[in-house]
Amino acid sequence: MPRVAIVGIGRTPLRPLSSETSYKEMMFEAAVRAYEDAGVEPRKDIGSFIGVSEDFWEGTSIFDEYVPDQLGGALRPVCTIGNEGLHGVATAAMQIMTGQVKIAAVESHSKISEVARPLKVMQLAFDPILNRPLDFNPHVVAGIEMARFLGDSKALRNDCARVVAQNRAAGLDNPYAAYPAAIRADEVLGSQDAFSPLKELEISGPADGAVVVVLASEERAKGLRGEPVWLDGMGWANDTPTLEARDWSSARYAKLAMAQASKMAGYPAKKADIFEIDDTYAYKEIQHAAALGICKPADFRRFIDGNGPPINPSGGSLGCGHILDATGLFKLAEAVEQLRGTAGRRQVKGARRALVQSWRGVPTTSGAVVMLSSNDAGPAPAGKGAIA
Amino acid sequence: MRRVCVIGAGITKFVRRAKETGKELSFEAARMALDSAGMELADIQSVAEGTAPDAFDGLHMKAEYLSDGSGAFCRPYTRSYVGGGTGVFLGAHGWWHVASGMFDTCLVIGEEKMSSCFPHPQGAFLTIFDNFTERPLGPNLVWIFALEMNRYMTRHNIKKEDVALVSVKNHGNALDHPSAQLGMKITVDDVLRSEVLAYPVQRLDISPTSDGAAALIFCTEDVARKYTDDPVFVDGVGWHLDTSYWTDRDLYYPKYVEKAAKMAYKMARIDNPRKQIDFAEPYDPFDYKELHHMEGLQLCGKGEAPVLTREGVTQRDGDLPTCPSGGALGVGNPIAATGVMKLCEMFWQLRGEAGKRQVKNDPNTAVAQAWGDLMQVGTVVVMRRGGARP
Repeated sequence: MPRVAIVGIGRTPLRPLSSETSYKEMMFEAAVRAYEDAGVEPRKDIGSFIGVSEDFWEGTSIFDEYVPDQLGGALRPVCTIGNEGLHGVATAAMQIMTGQVKIAAVESHSKISEVARPLKVMQLAFDPILNRPLDFNPHVVAGIEMARFLGDSKALRNDCARVVAQNRAAGLDNPYAAYPAAIRADEVLGSQDAFSPLKELEISGPADGAVVVVLASEERAKGLRGEPVWLDGMGWANDTPTLEARDWSSARYAKLAMAQASKMAGYPAKKADIFEIDDTYAYKEIQHAAALGICKPADFRRFIDGNGPPINPSGGSLGCGHILDATGLFKLAEAVEQLRGTAGRRQVKGARRALVQSWRGVPTTSGAVVMLSSNDAGPAPAGKGAIA
Repeated sequence: MRRVCVIGAGITKFVRRAKETGKELSFEAARMALDSAGMELADIQSVAEGTAPDAFDGLHMKAEYLSDGSGAFCRPYTRSYVGGGTGVFLGAHGWWHVASGMFDTCLVIGEEKMSSCFPHPQGAFLTIFDNFTERPLGPNLVWIFALEMNRYMTRHNIKKEDVALVSVKNHGNALDHPSAQLGMKITVDDVLRSEVLAYPVQRLDISPTSDGAAALIFCTEDVARKYTDDPVFVDGVGWHLDTSYWTDRDLYYPKYVEKAAKMAYKMARIDNPRKQIDFAEPYDPFDYKELHHMEGLQLCGKGEAPVLTREGVTQRDGDLPTCPSGGALGVGNPIAATGVMKLCEMFWQLRGEAGKRQVKNDPNTAVAQAWGDLMQVGTVVVMRRGGARP
């Protein structure tokens, strides 16, 4: 199976407001940084541009119309993938694995500060017949799920609060973070109820930002400036979209995606030296860690006390901000920095393998996983290649 | 590179307003495709979905909502999206799932339910324009395509009568399609006398708005052999998207379609499309678009498509049948499903299973194409009947 590398990353710092720049300018800035990092000329080297976006977040229908110019993709192969950023990465990787595309760029962004009523947009994702007439706040779904998860597992409310404290503290070392803070777990538990047991501080804050990732075939990666980080495995899966039909406790989509990725990579989640996983809500980090096979909910507190590799050393979405479907790409960029040894004050020493996971948020059950190794990690163990 | 086969196809009836939900339409098409291949959902390893603007249904992240109806429960699932080009683009989307080696099988589904948009789906298109420079003018699609049609006709001195022949042909062809919404026998005069919407676009120049879904089963050659002796091959895929600034382009010729076609032809090792392609399913949401796209697809020179049409070359019994299905004009135009309908037509025609619609030239190679966005995207798929890849 042909190997694929990530050869360039570019992003704008995440910020709660970005009134000084348009989404096009943000995309341009991220793209220029990524192309510069990879050492590619978009008009000649890049064979496919993939935008990851959703019309309603953009306020424009058929949003792919507005993607090509600022990425250098006009009159070139450009398409939109209407999923999470990591699904976009998987798409680019598949295109490269066919041999038809040698270098591909994946872009996603958030300009949520310009969305007048984001909760109303989220409501429009509910089943229009069965759920939408109830007119509930979308975060209710997270509150219900958190209650069920805590009831079914040995995770504690305090564990969730510690995730917030830890991730926001980690954000203090990350120049890209929008929500860094020194905050204690008891302050989180003392914060306002969102939808009990979910506390307001356990919901990641919205941010603006753009991320571009450049991928290349093994053959092309070796000749480029950007230090390659190898894509060992990838997986993605959906569970049921129907609220009434899910088990509300486990993140089955993450488990299925992980199984596909580790089959391809030939090694399990536990081999990773760092984890950048979804923490849209604090309890989700614990739930996802369990589904991915990183650690059981009962062991989570021991794990984050230094008995396991770091989870979300970037600060995660709680510390850096949530940037819609660009969130997975941001986490991927963080993992690439760690594996290249360029993560500055948040650098995890000796990080050679990373696991990145994303979730599309309420009300979806769509998740994706990417497994990465550094250029000096040595060849990956012989995986089965893929699901096939 | 693994060669990708098509072994099953399914399509719902295209109608102005379906009682079924989008999930149900997707399910029907998927079930038919699985049945026609002799497969069960358990044999499917991945799902490639296509559906155009969320604004039609007012559903945010529409593909997530559609996922279980599309067979994606507990499966890898992605949605691709290039506006009106989505349907044929799904041929590429499904292709890379299998050609990459990631999956042995992929269920490809295009779904559209436009009727949820009241009072008319055209309203959804008010939101596709640039929010600073264009939206304040309140443009709609008929309006901008009238500009393009006018430019095309003016540049080549094409008569409206010649363009109308496409409408006559496709509406007539659709009479033989069991899924068709608007199969009918009309004359050039009917087209020319129909209501003017935005001159030169008249009522019968335009495809209807529709609800519907269509699906295909893609797989490797090894898998195909277990189910059929007669697979069809996806030998070429191509797509190109031009600048957002459509006002800066000369609209007389779709360069992006040419580029997309050349990408697909190179992959399929086609160097003389006029000779090597036996029939075509160019995208025909408007009658002039079939002509425009035949030229973009390199099936004839610039300005020559109306001549071929007038001479009967593009009829089902002609040398180069175009839209033997009845096209978007006749079968209907549920955006993302329309392109898949065209892919389905290639599958059936190449297998000789198109019944009364069967073209007479014993086809071996066919091309389908779709178009969309701000007159901006071209998506192209080349399919072949059995035999070795040239």
